Amino acid sequence: MDNAVVINIQQIKKMYDMGGAEEVHALRGVNVEIRKNEYVAIMGPSGSGKSTLMNIIGCLDTPTSGLYEFNGVNVSEMNDNQLAKIRNKEIGFVFQTFNLLARSDSLHNVELPLIYGGIPAAERKRLATEALEQVGLGERIHHKPNELSGGQRQRVAIARALVNKPSILLADEPTGNLDSKTGDEIMNLFAELHNKGNTVILVTHEEYIAEHAHRIIRVRDGLVASDEVVARVKIPAVAAAV
Amino acid sequence: MYFLTELKEGLIIAFRAIRGNKMRSVLTTLGIIIGIFAVTGMATAIDGLNAAFDRSAKAFGTDVMYVQKFPWVSNDDWDLIRNRPDMKLEYAPVLERKASLLTAVAPVVVRRAKVSTSKHSLEDAFVTGTTDQYNNASGNKDIDGRFFSAEESNGGRPVCVIGATIAETIFPNADPIGQELKVGGFPYTVLGVYEKQGGMFGQFTTDSRVFVPIHSFQSHFGNHAFVTINVRVAEIPKMEDAKVEIEGIMRSLRRLTPGKVNNFSINSQEILTETFGQFTFVVGAIGLFITGLSLFVGGIGIMNIMFVSVTERTKEIGIRKAIGARRRTILMQFLIEAAVICLIGGLIGLLLAFIIVQLMNSAFDLGATMPLSIVFIAIMVSLIVGLTSGFMPAYRAAKMDPVEALRYE
Ligand SMILES: Nc1ncnc2c1ncn2[C@@H]1O[C@H](COP(=O)(O)OP(=O)(O)OP(=O)(O)O)[C@@H](O)[C@H]1O
Ligand SMILES: [Mg+2]
Repeated sequence: MDNAVVINIQQIKKMYDMGGAEEVHALRGVNVEIRKNEYVAIMGPSGSGKSTLMNIIGCLDTPTSGLYEFNGVNVSEMNDNQLAKIRNKEIGFVFQTFNLLARSDSLHNVELPLIYGGIPAAERKRLATEALEQVGLGERIHHKPNELSGGQRQRVAIARALVNKPSILLADEPTGNLDSKTGDEIMNLFAELHNKGNTVILVTHEEYIAEHAHRIIRVRDGLVASDEVVARVKIPAVAAAV
Repeated sequence: MYFLTELKEGLIIAFRAIRGNKMRSVLTTLGIIIGIFAVTGMATAIDGLNAAFDRSAKAFGTDVMYVQKFPWVSNDDWDLIRNRPDMKLEYAPVLERKASLLTAVAPVVVRRAKVSTSKHSLEDAFVTGTTDQYNNASGNKDIDGRFFSAEESNGGRPVCVIGATIAETIFPNADPIGQELKVGGFPYTVLGVYEKQGGMFGQFTTDSRVFVPIHSFQSHFGNHAFVTINVRVAEIPKMEDAKVEIEGIMRSLRRLTPGKVNNFSINSQEILTETFGQFTFVVGAIGLFITGLSLFVGGIGIMNIMFVSVTERTKEIGIRKAIGARRRTILMQFLIEAAVICLIGGLIGLLLAFIIVQLMNSAFDLGATMPLSIVFIAIMVSLIVGLTSGFMPAYRAAKMDPVEALRYE
């Protein structure tokens, strides 16, 4: 794998000051390097710091200390506007709880990143419709979130994450609120996106979900416990050998 | 382009938020509605009053001055002026002879008397004794028929010119010209009828007056203490000069040595409009203060509700920030929302004021119209109130941390 490094994280620490002498060390010196078109699963027990790490990768949160380079650019030194631009153009984030705007229909939800990216209306509509079709929701563009099933909502969220053609797709327990069948559908969608060349990083509790990934990073107590590339049974060469 | 997209999105969000909370939005905007209603209603009313007053005051003639014993408007102590000597009829010919800037001088005396025909009568008409110069000296108003001539005036003929109201009352369905009527019991022949003046000083206009030659007046009603001398200037720009000239002539008639104050007054309609202007200015200032308070309270209400709105929508703000909304974008979104709420309130207030003005117009015949400048100011004021009161809540929203906002339940 000699693809370019997309994410370079060195000695990232995140500490929450709870007032008084109490401090929470959510991350205590994490080193991670992720290359283009990797499919990475981050696993670990509850409270180990997975979401904290994802939020930092997604530029939603800033580390207390350490280096974070995104596509070779130092993110730690960016101001709010630059971060907003990265979030808008370079990162697609999928949340466990979908985080769609309840009062807006699918189309508008998917259009939102394009609006903040300054794309003109007609172009916006075309791109958003395309993204919704890509996740199999071409028929549901005028439905509001409460008129959609959980799986469909997550598809809308994925369409929204994809619509600006970001460098990486981040998903924090994207199937956590879905039944296993719907979860599988979503995972297949991620696999498809990965096959098309997207870089995918997802957080999960479930081993069978992590099996979709090529690489599993295990986090424990704010540190990387293990980081291994897994051979997948689905790869024809391996299947033949077995 | 980017800004316009943002603006449009902001407007859509604002309208959606307002529609989602109709009742709350209306209640919130009540202060603004009342404030704008008060300011526009007040301004329109004052504007209308001023216009009506100006129109009425014109009846006194813009180029006419009235030399009289007392001033129309005075801040002086009544004790200082009550003992002034009476005006005399004899001043009129002196003024006419000596003043160079006047076109006409007419002495005027007035008393109230019954005016009647065999069929109709009016109890308290203003009977006015004057000379043939009166019409010229009071601004040449239109007369149906004619005013009495110098011969009729000097000869004290029993002829008269009547006002429109008198004509309507005494000769309801007939042409009064050439008819006979009785003034205080004495018969007079009508030579002319003044056109209707209207306005709020009806009794001072020609409408309810009967003009008779001053010699007839004296022989029928005796000498009268309260004499006014109407003078008309040749050119309006020379009004002040004419006033000085009259003052000089009057002072010499009264034998006032230098240093002594005038013991007569030279009145003109402009004194009335000035005084009324001061009055409406004070009323306007008080109104503006009340309106300002009401808008201030309204603004606080908007600020309060915007804080609530921001808190309620913390999650939404988090989502927007997570997918790339900048601080400026969020700030603008909430500013727009506050401005739109205020603008709607302002427009409702304007509409209410407009309706009330129309109602008052049809009820009191004010002829008041809402000046465009007021409409513009009202809209600007509501916008500014919205933007200032929305700023703090919008700023709070803008600087929210995305992760924390997303975590908000
Ligand atoms: N805003 C915060 N203030 C204080 N402590 C926090 C905050 N956010 C996270 N933490 C702490 O940081 C640690 C890591 O939290 P994080 O959400 O990253 O865990 P996680 O691995 O995602 O867990 P889960 O699998 O349950 O989602 C936890 O101990 C948590 O209590
Ligand atoms: Mg988590």
